[in-house]
Amino acid sequence: MQTTASRRVPRLLLTPAMLTLFLWMIVPLVMTIYFSFIHYNLMQPERTGFVGWMNYAYFVTDPSFGAAILNTLLLLGSVIVITVLMGIAIALLVDEPFPGRGIVRVLLISPFFVIPTANALLWKHMMMNPVYGVLSQVWQFFGAEPLDWLTDLPLLSVIVMVAWQWLPFAALIFITALQSMNREQLEASRMDGANYFQQLRYLYLPHLGRSVAVVVMIELIFLLSVFAEIYTTTGGGPGDASTNIAFLIFKQALLNFDAGVASAGALFAVVLANIVAVFMIRLVGKNLDR
Amino acid sequence: MARPRKFPFALLLRTLCAWGVALLLFFPLFWLFLTAFKTELQAIAQPPLLFFTPTLENFREVQERSDYLLYAGNSLITSLGSTLLGLALAVPAAYALAFFKGRWTKDILMWMLSTKMMPAVGALVPVYVLAQMAGLLDTRLALTVVFTMSNLPIMVWMLYTNYKEIPSEILEAARMDGATLWQEFRQVLLPLSWGGLASTGLLCLVLSWNEAFWSLNLSSANAGTLATLIASYSSPEGLFWAKLSAASLMAVAPIVVFGWFSQRQLVQGLTFGAVK
Repeated sequence: MQTTASRRVPRLLLTPAMLTLFLWMIVPLVMTIYFSFIHYNLMQPERTGFVGWMNYAYFVTDPSFGAAILNTLLLLGSVIVITVLMGIAIALLVDEPFPGRGIVRVLLISPFFVIPTANALLWKHMMMNPVYGVLSQVWQFFGAEPLDWLTDLPLLSVIVMVAWQWLPFAALIFITALQSMNREQLEASRMDGANYFQQLRYLYLPHLGRSVAVVVMIELIFLLSVFAEIYTTTGGGPGDASTNIAFLIFKQALLNFDAGVASAGALFAVVLANIVAVFMIRLVGKNLDR
Repeated sequence: MARPRKFPFALLLRTLCAWGVALLLFFPLFWLFLTAFKTELQAIAQPPLLFFTPTLENFREVQERSDYLLYAGNSLITSLGSTLLGLALAVPAAYALAFFKGRWTKDILMWMLSTKMMPAVGALVPVYVLAQMAGLLDTRLALTVVFTMSNLPIMVWMLYTNYKEIPSEILEAARMDGATLWQEFRQVLLPLSWGGLASTGLLCLVLSWNEAFWSLNLSSANAGTLATLIASYSSPEGLFWAKLSAASLMAVAPIVVFGWFSQRQLVQGLTFGAVK
């Protein structure tokens, strides 16, 4: 039975984290809403005043807007699909012991620890440069025409960089998950004549379900606002080919100095994030109920 | 009864595949490492050079161009600071959520996570303006606070899922025996959950060290972290690949090596209770 005192303690312990998080969320949100309705250009401080929905209209009618939404979703979707599928494949590959498994594990996780700006420049120059890059050398070795990745396939280039960073994360989670598989069950199924694909279908994949949910959740959170990779490589271009919502808002705020329009855009990003969040809560809500 | 196994071939195949995939994924980092010790001409040689006489010239030039130690120090201080501050806030919260389950527990957890869904860019203008008004632009304090807030939801979640594994009867028994809250935490909870605490701290450290959005937008010459130092190499003049590689290597090596040693611990905690 809980006493009044024992109910007060948890509230007291919870307050600092909740209060700071609440402030961190609500203060910028209220300011953003305010900014989105006024004329607020850092280069034109003399122009002020309420402008109604003009900033919103400006942001939405910007031809870059549709492209940015599409790119955001494409980036998010592709990286999640790539990392989950390849992550599962890698996890199955290294699940059973083989010589050097520990070293392989360490090699596999390494890209996850690389600073995004360093990751991006490494790929942009040393890997993807159309003349001197390693990829173009490999292409030429196989007699193919080298690609100018960042000009011809800018969004795919960013996807490659981000996927390279997050594949290790997904793989390691799946590897850890597989370690808790019931080995006797596996052995028994083998005795009963189940082939590898049957084991995969009925034993491995169901066991991984929950960790797939976790990986998707974490990646949704982090990939909705990919920024550094775009900022340091393509600059959102050519044109809008690799501009996502995060980068478009940044462009309005710090390159066009229009904080009003940027704020209107930021609210669109918040709405987009909430749509994704609803999807996510459906996904992981089940995890909480066990 | 032992079944005849055709293992050697399967094992060989699996070993080769696993090593192949691992080396392929690691290759860009290996290449970064090699390029850092080349001259600028060797860096763009065709075909790419695998064997050459290494030089330390690039590291000297990077240090001359910008004070590496300043940036590394900033990264270290902001990462450690936000980890400690984050744990100080997250541990009590996770404790309360895990062991005093109420009607709102699930909603609070979901709400916390939803603040993390708010794209950082949505808060860029206000946070920039506030930092400017408070005179905190380009300070380590501002970065530490911002890193803490952006990591806090994840930290609470990780600790919460970790604490959920601990039977609350153990803590109740300690309380019955008259242990104070601090004794309960220090002598019962901490020894039982120190793995979760370590992996939460490790993740926060890595995320802060690698944070690039806020450090690019809120800091420059004074409080800039290693992420901003590297970004300054995105539009250089002339041949610069070797210097870029040297700078990147110096920025990435500490956290990658740190990650190698802590990866097991880190991943255990990251599974968010998905692995039983």
